[in-house]
Amino acid sequence: MATTTSPTKGAWLHTTVGRKVLMAATGLFLITFLVVHLAGNLLLLRNDGGAAFNAYAEFMSTNPLIRVLEIGLFAGFVVHIYQGLYFIFTERRARPKGYTLNQASANSNIFSRTMRLSAVVVLVFLVVHLRHFFVEHRLLGTPLTMYESCKIAFENPYYSAFYVLSMVLLAFHLAHGFYSGFQTLGLVLNKRIERLLKWGAAGFAFLVPLGFAIIPMYFLLSKYL
Amino acid sequence: MHFTLRVWRQKNAQDTGHFEIYDIDGVSPDASFLEMLDVLNEKLIKQGREPVAFDHDCREGICGSCGMFINGRAHGPLRNITTCRLYMRHFRDGETITIEPFRAKSFPVIKDLVVDRSALDKIVQAGGYISVNTGSSPDANSIPVPKPAADLAFTYAACIGCGACVAACKNASAMLFTAAKVAHFAMLPQGQPERRQRVKRMVAQMDKEGFGHCTNTGACAVECPAKIPLTAIAQLQRDFIWANLSPDPHAASSS
Repeated sequence: MATTTSPTKGAWLHTTVGRKVLMAATGLFLITFLVVHLAGNLLLLRNDGGAAFNAYAEFMSTNPLIRVLEIGLFAGFVVHIYQGLYFIFTERRARPKGYTLNQASANSNIFSRTMRLSAVVVLVFLVVHLRHFFVEHRLLGTPLTMYESCKIAFENPYYSAFYVLSMVLLAFHLAHGFYSGFQTLGLVLNKRIERLLKWGAAGFAFLVPLGFAIIPMYFLLSKYL
Repeated sequence: MHFTLRVWRQKNAQDTGHFEIYDIDGVSPDASFLEMLDVLNEKLIKQGREPVAFDHDCREGICGSCGMFINGRAHGPLRNITTCRLYMRHFRDGETITIEPFRAKSFPVIKDLVVDRSALDKIVQAGGYISVNTGSSPDANSIPVPKPAADLAFTYAACIGCGACVAACKNASAMLFTAAKVAHFAMLPQGQPERRQRVKRMVAQMDKEGFGHCTNTGACAVECPAKIPLTAIAQLQRDFIWANLSPDPHAASSS
């Protein structure tokens, strides 16, 4: 085997495997963000008129270290979404003519086969979500506190229904993505780790979106009950 | 047993192809799937019609020739099996069986159910070997290999190149095939000198052949007759990241 010098630095990231690595690395990074986000959101359930939550929101939007991390977070989203769109637009390239009869459910789970669908729903959610909170507060400078914004949004049954539905699809996305990320980074080197990660992924994918979904349901129920 | 067969017929690569329906009677439950097709073909020949072309060779599950998509699964309704080792008793009497070729851009149909899988050979040619001058066989244990490594290498080396992984994958990715070869050599001392180039070149060739990207659905490992585990893919991922991110000590010393 003749030694080859790599053509250009970073070219490996354009291979199918390189793109998969980018997808996994950013995906796992976004997962850590989800946990932090959830921890903050759960403050909404405190019965203090939003004092704790507003303090947290204030901290997150003014702390310089968080500002820097926010740039990283934004980059993570951009790379993850870009690679995802690339996969969506090239998915039929390797199999232009599909099967007449395909029993995919016999060899793979539904979460892994619906990553694109769940991705698109979560992306739409992200846009609506950012418009409602990020744009409103950070760019337009609304006089409302973050707690008031949340209350208005969550007491709207349509917004809450959309929120909960998006969390269901996020659960689908995480159910495969969590395990898949570790597999792609080459960390699932035996059956025991695989089993452990798949259970961990199932638990994570169930609990984290549930944690998010409880909040709008809580607001809706407290308004109408 | 009686079956209605819905078989993909395609004259050549240029033909668009279509399904034809055949009824077949008196099939023994102990006939293999290929033997059932033999019976069908004899019938077709007697009627002066063109027999169904399909790949087959050893008929004992070790050569990897007989690839076809049966009732929506690579190699039929059982897990980890070749088509030749699938028996008619695995089907219900009177069932309609849909038979298609493996479908992928990199597996062009040659005729009917026969596809050209030489794209897999090209991936192996890109690095699925070790460069040594062959001679008489070396003394046993002259190169020590730890037992667990030898076992794993053997597990990965079991690939028969049937292409079921590509056929079953929703993205038509050849990752399991490529990873089996990469992981096999990664386990052994003989594979170390070329380990970096191997993974890079084989991945590059895999992409060049037009195979899709892997999304870890695991369908490949379920259909693989050689039971190559998904850990092969984890090993490839690990080697690929390492080969591209860590500085190559040999490259540094030569410059």
